[in-house]
Order: sequence, then C-alpha cells, then structure tokens
Amino acid sequence: MPEQRPSLVRRISASPLVWPVGSVLALIVINLIAHSDFLNVRLVHGQMYGNVIDIARNSAPVLLVALGMTLVIATRGIDLSVGAIAAIAGAVACVFITDAPAQSAVGTAIEACFLAMAVCVVLGLWNGFLVSVLGIQPIIATLVLMTGGRGVAMLITSAQITTIHNSNYEFISDGFVFTLPFAILLALGLWALTGLIARRTALGLLIEAVGINPEASRLAGVRARTIIWTVYVFSALCAGLAGLMISANTAAADANSNGLWIELDAILAVVIGGTSLAGGRFSLTGTMIGALFIQTLKTTITAIGISPDYNYLFKAIVVIAVCLVQSPKARARLVGLLRIPRKQAVTA
Amino acid sequence: MKQVELSKQPAAGDPSQPPAAGTATPIVEMTDISIAFSGVPALSQVSLRLFPGEVHALMGENGAGKSTMIKALTGVYAIDSGRVALDGAERHFHSPADSQAAGISTVYQEVNLCTNLTVAENMMLGREPRRFGGIDRRAMNQQAREILERLGLDVNPSSPLGAHPIAIQQLVAIARAVSVDARVLILDEPTSSLDADEVEKLFDVMRTLRAHGVAIVFVSHFLDQVFQISDRMTVLRNGKLVGEVMTQETSQLDVVKMMIGRELEVLEKLERESSGETGRGSADQPLLKVLGLGRKGSLEAVDLDLYEGEVIGLAGLLGSGRTELARLLFGADAADRGELAVRAETTRLRTPRHAIKRKIAFASENRRAEGVFDDLTVADNMLLALQAARGWLRPIPIGMRNRIVKEYVEALDIRPPDPNVPMRNLSGGNQQKVLLARWLITQPEILILDEPTRGIDVGAKAQIQQLVADLSRRGLAVVFISAELEEVLRLSDRLVVMRDRRKIDERPNDDVKVSDVLEIIAGAQSSEEAGHA
Repeated sequence: MPEQRPSLVRRISASPLVWPVGSVLALIVINLIAHSDFLNVRLVHGQMYGNVIDIARNSAPVLLVALGMTLVIATRGIDLSVGAIAAIAGAVACVFITDAPAQSAVGTAIEACFLAMAVCVVLGLWNGFLVSVLGIQPIIATLVLMTGGRGVAMLITSAQITTIHNSNYEFISDGFVFTLPFAILLALGLWALTGLIARRTALGLLIEAVGINPEASRLAGVRARTIIWTVYVFSALCAGLAGLMISANTAAADANSNGLWIELDAILAVVIGGTSLAGGRFSLTGTMIGALFIQTLKTTITAIGISPDYNYLFKAIVVIAVCLVQSPKARARLVGLLRIPRKQAVTA
Repeated sequence: MKQVELSKQPAAGDPSQPPAAGTATPIVEMTDISIAFSGVPALSQVSLRLFPGEVHALMGENGAGKSTMIKALTGVYAIDSGRVALDGAERHFHSPADSQAAGISTVYQEVNLCTNLTVAENMMLGREPRRFGGIDRRAMNQQAREILERLGLDVNPSSPLGAHPIAIQQLVAIARAVSVDARVLILDEPTSSLDADEVEKLFDVMRTLRAHGVAIVFVSHFLDQVFQISDRMTVLRNGKLVGEVMTQETSQLDVVKMMIGRELEVLEKLERESSGETGRGSADQPLLKVLGLGRKGSLEAVDLDLYEGEVIGLAGLLGSGRTELARLLFGADAADRGELAVRAETTRLRTPRHAIKRKIAFASENRRAEGVFDDLTVADNMLLALQAARGWLRPIPIGMRNRIVKEYVEALDIRPPDPNVPMRNLSGGNQQKVLLARWLITQPEILILDEPTRGIDVGAKAQIQQLVADLSRRGLAVVFISAELEEVLRLSDRLVVMRDRRKIDERPNDDVKVSDVLEIIAGAQSSEEAGHA
C-alpha cells in the first residue's frame, strides 16, 4: 500500500503548535490594525529597533525561566521558586560588583555572573533534594524557596536597592551583537542548547518517561531521582540567568520586585506552548512561542489603548480563550454550539 | 433472631453449625440481579441470600462479579433488572448512604479512615455527640469505648488511628461500620494485609458479630480462611451464579472447580506440548538461588533455584503470592528477609536497577500502570530499559537504534510495523510484545513474565508462548506466571505452586495435569504442606 503523504495543510493543522502560533499572529494583526507601522524595523547605528525587536527582547527573561520550567513540568513537577531565584541571582551579582575593587571591569562582571550561577546550582539542588529525596510535592517544596528566597535576597542586599555601575554587566540586557539585542541572542542560544541537550542526548526521553509513568520508569530502571534533580538544577540556572538579565536592565538589584510573578508567566508560557501540566511530552518551541505570546499580549494591551484599569482582566480573558481553543474537546463544543442554530435555520 | 450458640463453636477448622436455610428468613434477598456496563453484562441473573447470624463467603476469580454484586447491594451501581429485598420488602438503594441507613455497612480492602484523627473521632465521624454546639469529646470517647469493648477490642479511643497497625485500623473500621446498628456487614478482602495472628483477631470479632445476629459477607482470596470462618458460600463465575453451597457440605477442591469452571476431563485432554528437551538442570550451579526470601504482609519465606535454560511455572490463584514473589525477585519490592544469589554471588535487590544490572528482567502483569508509556513512540518504549541502563549521557546511536527496533518489530511481528506511532495506538497484544522486546533488548539471563498473555488475542498469545519456549532453548531462565494452568503446564519444565502467600509445592513437570495442580491448590495433596503444618 503506497503511503499517502498528508497534504501540507493537514500537517500544519495537525501540529500542536498551530494554535499558539495562530494566537501570536492574531495579536500581530490586531496591532497592525491599530498601528500600520507595527512591524517596521529600523537600523540605527548598526542596531535594530522596532516593536518586534522590543517584544522579543522583553520576552527573553520569561523565555529563559520557561525553558527550565518546561523540563520541570514534563516530569510532573512545577517550580514556583524561579522568581525568588532570579532575585537572589541578581542580588548576588550586584552586591559582588559593588563590593569589588574594580567595579566597572569586565572581569568583575564575569566573576559576578559565575558566582550568581554557582549560587543558583545550590538553590536548584535544594529544590531537587526536597522533591526527589524527601518526596515532598513539588508545588509545596518549591513554595519554600519562593517565599524564603526573597528573604535571602533581602539579606544579601541588606534590604537596599543595590545599584551598580558596570556597563559590561548591563550589556546582558542592553548590549547588541550582530545588530540584535544580546538578550534575544542569549535566550535563543539557551533555547537551542536546551533543545540540543534534550533531544541529542537521552535526557528528553527519560524526562518524558518519568513524567508519563513514574512507576513504569522505575521498573524499567530509569534513575528518576537523578533526572528530577537535574531538571530542578537546570530550572534554577535558567531562572538565575533571567535574574541577571532583569537586574542588568535596571542596573540594580531589588530583592522585592526583581522577577516578581515571573513564575506565573513562565508556567503560562509552557502551558500555552502545549506542554501538559500533567507531565510527559514537552515542546521547547511551543514554550518559546508561549513566551512571545505573553509579551505580545502585553504590548497589544498598551498599543490598542486599553485602560490600565482593565489591563489584568483583559489579559486573563485572552489567556483563558487561548487555553480553551487549544483543547480539542472545547473546540468541538464550540463548533457544536455554532452549528446547531444553523441547522435549525435550514429546517425551519 | 440470634444464633448465639454459634459463637461457642471452636475457632479452628470446622465451620460452625449454620442455621438451616429452611427455618431462617434471610435479611437480604437479592434475586436475579443483572447489571451491564455500556452494554457489556457484568452480572446476569445472580441471586444472593444473606441470613442473620451467618458468615456468607462470596467466591469467584477476579472479574467474576463479586464487587459488582456488593456494589449492587450497597447502591453504588444501579440494577438493570432483578429485585433487592430487605426483610422480605423490596427496596431500592440509590446511594451507599441509602443502604447504610437501612443497616448495610461495608468495609473495603483499603482502610479508608483518617489516620490523623483519633480512633474515637474516626468511629463517630459525622455523628459525633454534641454539647453546647460543640463536640462532646468525653461522650464521644465513652461511646467509642463501649463499642470497642463489645467487640472485645482493647484500643484506646483517644489515641490517633495512625499509631496503630493496619490490622487494628481495619478492626476500627469494622467497629465504625457496626456501630451504626448494622445488620449486614460486608467485608471486602479484609485479610489481605493482615498476618496470621491479626486474621485470628479479625475472626474473633466476626464471630462476636455473628453471635449477635449480624449477617456478614466475606470476600477473600484465601481459601483456608473462607473455609475456616464461613457458613455458606455463593460462587460466581463470569458474572453468573454457579451455586450456593453450605461450607460444611463442600470441599476446597469443589469450590476451586466451581470458580474456575471447566470440566476437569476436558482440561486433561489438553496435554502438554512436547517442548523438546526439558529440565536442562545439567548445570550444577543455579543461575538464581533464593533462600527464605520474603516480605512482611506480602510473602512468606520462599526457597527457589532457577537454572539456565529452564522455565519455572508459577501456579496459584490470584493473591496466592505469585506476583509478590516475582516482584521480590526483581527488586520491584524490596525483600525484608532471606537471601538471593545470582550466579552464586549473594546480592540484595533493593531497586529494579540492581536487578537489571544482574541481567534480570521483569514484565509486570499490570501492563497499563507499570509498563506502557502511552505517549511515547513504539521505538522509545522498546528502547527505554536499554537507554536507562546506559544513562542519559549515552544516547543509543541512531543506526543501532534503527537496527534493534527493526529486528524486534520483525522478530515479534509487532503491528503496525511502524515504530514511530505512539504506543497508545497499539492493541494489548502488540503492546505486550513491545514490552517483551524492551526486556529482550537488554539481553537478560533471567526473564520474569507475570501474566504475559492476559487479555490479549489468541494469535498473539500463541506467539508469546512460542517465544518463551524459544528463549529457554537459547539458555534463558524464565519464570512464567499465568492464571491459565494449561499455559503454565505447556511451557514450564518445573512447576511451583503458591497458595496463601507461600510456596506449597514444587515438582518437575512430568506430565502434570491441570487436575493435579487444582488439587494441590485446593490443598488435597501437597508435598510441602505436611512440613508447614
């Protein structure tokens, strides 16, 4: 029997990414209606500027956090502590820079980043320990650091907003490489690297196995504990990078507000990207589109002039709509609702 | 009416004098009950009579309809046709609360009480004595104490339930059930997690209740216990009533026959296929040597030797300990006593990884929950154990992957032959083949197969049986578990019979007949029984 290759349209509509991508495109169309020059990009002094570039750059921290979150969620877990970890990473780096003898040196900035990352590894190990060794439910285990972590960041900064003067550090957020903002390249680079590690090694497969059926994984000899530990450390590293980016953006470490609520945006990005909160199959590309969607939505709300009073409500409604439209069941219902009146009209 | 004299009967062995069916009127009479789930009949025209002051055993293999019958009585399931009468009057129970209000209480296998509350709180939950709008703790503890004393239980009502062993928790659950003036008490597998002493304690309570005229429904896989405590039994098979008998007037063998239900003469015709050379016990050193391996509450100490190229068949009823033994041999559960040696090297199997490293493989009976990864592809499902053994840093190279997958898809005739479809798309038989492939790919020396042919179509079943025979010919040692005795006898070189969570017999498979095995299971003739008694 010759194998019939499904048509392009069929294949695209069967892809799980069709709804997230469609949602982003819909938002762009809305923006274009409001401002016809929405997609314009200018090149000024070898640096790209424009709405699209802004959206991509502003979504970078959420994307970073969401990459780690994707792997954690794939193991049936969740990491609520990423916002606090981001704050700690920023605090560690900024305090190190202000205390360094050569505050504005390149070396100082690099050392600060490495130190912050090392702290993040420890924080990730802590989360992984609570979840995989003590067997605490992930939502509770990471809640510990979510609340406690802000306190730690506060201690590190002595409850002050620590401002720094190191252009090399600020480069993480403001710098340009090959005409593109460095933040975008960093996030894209980590996205590619994560995909490479997950899919070129067996890590992705084993993560999915643990998420789909923990008991069957155990019986197949999967070292679930190591896998779970790995994803929480990875998540903490991603959150730390995002924390560096956020603090570089304001050239300051604010223990209270850096990375505040970013865990919710990250979870949202993962879910919109099509990875189920029940664990199992994950899509890093989906997560990237989810992060872009969230940022595009934020931009759209201001662009089409919705009053700030309705800002959050509007966002909530759109998010619910996108989640519903992704569910085949909800779609079927919706189609059913639309069809019934038409049928009646015909018979009448 | 009370059958007080019943409680005076000696505890061991002989069942008490049951009231003659003619003289007593049943409390509950279920007549011609039929229930179907989405068109598939679960019960057809089953009747059940429960007499006051009697322990009534509901017997049948898994899926025979015991729980459905219980749920029909307690109002969990709606009845399609048939009649439920309480004291002669027809009743319709629409929920467990309805039946409970009518005096029918149920205690399930799993204790579903709150371990963080006290014994008294658990017993009086939902009907606590009140005082000034609050709970009157003193009255509550007092009432609980009285109920416990009536049952002969020495338990402090104000102690937390979780501080007591499962057996006591179970008894508290029963105390709660009967404290609502229960006239009918349903005990669904109450002894499955109890040891011998604890079972005796439970039976004492049951005898007390029986003496008070309570009708008790007892569901258990343990034949000995059923014969020890019950007065009357109803046997079900495939959702149909096989018969109601007085315990005193029947034998264990008869009941096993009723439960399994095929005529023995027919079974004996299914002679064992000559599987070439059998009993390759020529190697002087067993591949796997097990001494006194056991685990509290799951398996009593078992000795077992397994040689290269040998198939050991594990026979026994469900709950006899066959699966429990398999799980200990693979480290799926950790043994808490005994020794295990692979190639004369003593070892402890604390996790499946330890076993896999020693070239042991185990295909669980519970394919869905413990084997299959629905959303992963057939290829990934197949290669998972090998990949797990290699670790995540050493992915299986693509060429090797394709070669292995192709080889096993062809060798095991897996359909559809496309290894990139999700596992969920495959039929049960093909999923089972994929799981077998998963383990064969790890090149094990010892293969433990728990019910590898359950629920799969005849064609796949024959293929799997053929595969097992081929593998043993190639030197693999196989432990083969199946509820189908014909299949066990056809494949195995040596036969081990389990019953009541221990090994009761082991013999070479020299023309052993299904009827022989049934007799061993029923306890009529067993070589090791004498040693244990």
